[in-house]
Amino acid sequence: MKNGKNKNRIALTGGAAAAEALKQIEPDVMAVYPITPQTTIIETFAKFKADGEVETEVIEVESEHSAISACVGSSAAGARTVTATSSQGLALMNEILYIASGMRLPILMVVSARALSAPINIHGDHSDVMGARDAGWIQIFSENTQEIYDNTIIGMKLAEKTKLPVMAIMDGFNTSHCVENLEILSKDQVQKFLGEFSPEKYLLDIEHPVTFGPLALQNSYFEFKVQQEEAMEKAGREYLKIAKEFEKISGRKKDYFEAYKTEDAEEVIILAGSTAGTTKDVVDRMRQTGKKVGLLKISLFRPFPLREILSALKNAKSIAVMERAISSGTYPPIYNDIVNGLYQSGETKKVQSIIYSLGGRDIFAKDIEKVFEDLKAEKISKEIKYIGV
Amino acid sequence: MNKNLAKNFASGHSACAGCAFPAIVRTILGESPDPVVISNTTGCLEVTSTLYPYTAWKTPYIHSAFENASATISGVEQAHKALSRKGKVPKKIKFVVFGGDGGTYDIGLQSLSGALERGHDFVYVVYDNGGYMNTGNQRSSATPYAANTETTPVGKESFGKVEMRKNLMEIVDAHHIKYAAQANVAYLADLKKKARKAFETEGPAFLSVFSPCTNNWKFPTSQYVAIAKLATETNFWPLFEIEDGKYKVNWATENPKPVEEFLKTQGRFKHLFSEKNKPVLDEVKKIVKDEWQRLVDKTE
Repeated sequence: MKNGKNKNRIALTGGAAAAEALKQIEPDVMAVYPITPQTTIIETFAKFKADGEVETEVIEVESEHSAISACVGSSAAGARTVTATSSQGLALMNEILYIASGMRLPILMVVSARALSAPINIHGDHSDVMGARDAGWIQIFSENTQEIYDNTIIGMKLAEKTKLPVMAIMDGFNTSHCVENLEILSKDQVQKFLGEFSPEKYLLDIEHPVTFGPLALQNSYFEFKVQQEEAMEKAGREYLKIAKEFEKISGRKKDYFEAYKTEDAEEVIILAGSTAGTTKDVVDRMRQTGKKVGLLKISLFRPFPLREILSALKNAKSIAVMERAISSGTYPPIYNDIVNGLYQSGETKKVQSIIYSLGGRDIFAKDIEKVFEDLKAEKISKEIKYIGV
Repeated sequence: MNKNLAKNFASGHSACAGCAFPAIVRTILGESPDPVVISNTTGCLEVTSTLYPYTAWKTPYIHSAFENASATISGVEQAHKALSRKGKVPKKIKFVVFGGDGGTYDIGLQSLSGALERGHDFVYVVYDNGGYMNTGNQRSSATPYAANTETTPVGKESFGKVEMRKNLMEIVDAHHIKYAAQANVAYLADLKKKARKAFETEGPAFLSVFSPCTNNWKFPTSQYVAIAKLATETNFWPLFEIEDGKYKVNWATENPKPVEEFLKTQGRFKHLFSEKNKPVLDEVKKIVKDEWQRLVDKTE
């Protein structure tokens, strides 16, 4: 109970924590289709609705493609709009993800990140959200139930402020199905934080008819896309502003990323999601034996806060970027972003690319310890390393 | 022009001369007692009415993608429920989808089925020109048997499309919606009456409207109404309604005109009049006769 504010400490799964945040947001419309491991979110929310705790119009569509399409209609109509999905569902939405962002619609999507078929696998990795990273959506990763709760609320406000859709991401199963303690705000606090959603232009403004989704050819399409990209660029600063506002009401420190003991660290691991928890334990343990190791946990991934990340890495001698996704035929996404940034700033730090935990395979503290030790021993290669294969 | 007809869909769009859908859109929207919000599939109507920075739509309009106009309107309609409850938007608004046959029979069928099953309050209008006309005349599942299209071309070994049209009206009816009707741009009074009924229906209503395509059916631009009229007079395109599951034929004659009178007006059926293709022509006639009987049987 910091600050003596109206906080509750409860134990929830990540899915239920996201549903709790959605209950407090109480969107006008939620369009959803079931998929493991997202279902805990929509089932929990459905119960809130059944018990009369929310007035939200829930549309139970016949596919994820229709879920996101209904969200496009609802958001364009002027309603606060959310959805949730995973894996194949996000892949099926892909076409409409670009339409949502191109129309500048502030839709919030909670994602329980999961592997993609084939072969089919229902467990956690980041293949789905990484496949959507160029779709014009803001993407925020979460480490645990507390963060997915926070990021769901922050994401809603960020979407409406930037007129860009937002994905609040947690790791499928590792977070979505694990019970942890978290502190929640009151509904009043959340409502006050978000404020009223009042878009400038919306479909149900009958007196001021607008055409959404026109045909734009060679003379105008390019301008639309450049303006959209300018909005994405500005979204980083807006994220930080909103995260700091959230920090004030929650007492929880929020930033672009979490720099865990990186200040004097010589070896740094960069990763996103639930593995950050285990990595922090490893960092603590290795620090007890005098090893200068640290973790940089990615929170905001799109837009990528490159400059700020580089400044947090300035004392690192070597870096390992650990990812739960393959970018077939090249290095995985975060590695590419980091190396690109280091090159631009004239840095010659060595960076190892590592892929781990695809399809929910366990990763252990000893695996992470070995990553640090390999960095220390300068066992760094241009080849991607696969842990536990 | 009648002001009521032009109040939602303005002149200045770039549809072909002799295209049927401007008349269909205006006639239907003219019957709405309330303001309308439109969701449109990708297709001819969309590209010819929304070329940025212009728009022919004087009423709120959204185009999202090819296959999702029904899901899109589902979201709009539910948003209306939420926002009108809060007093933020007018209580009475009608929601209308316009889709071509490609966006309805084929790629949009799942989205349509979902929206019909969920019972959203909207009117779905398919303007059926029997193919993908916006992309240059490829076959759809609404293309009639034996039609010559760019993807079912007539050749030494081919007489055009080998499959029958999909019976979309029966598929729609299987969703237990209260009102579905088949109409024709050549019968505007009938279309108006059906549009009015569709708007009066609570929950989903469905209109399938015959919409000749001058470019790809290959006929002179002045002829679209005459050709559309022949489609009904030959029983190729019967006018009927399905109200609460009950079928009713709206136009019938003891002596329908021979189907050839309809077919011979269009380049897409020209090949049917060769000696070689006589069995194909006979098959077309048999299909029209059987389908008419199938419809009549349903009215009993």
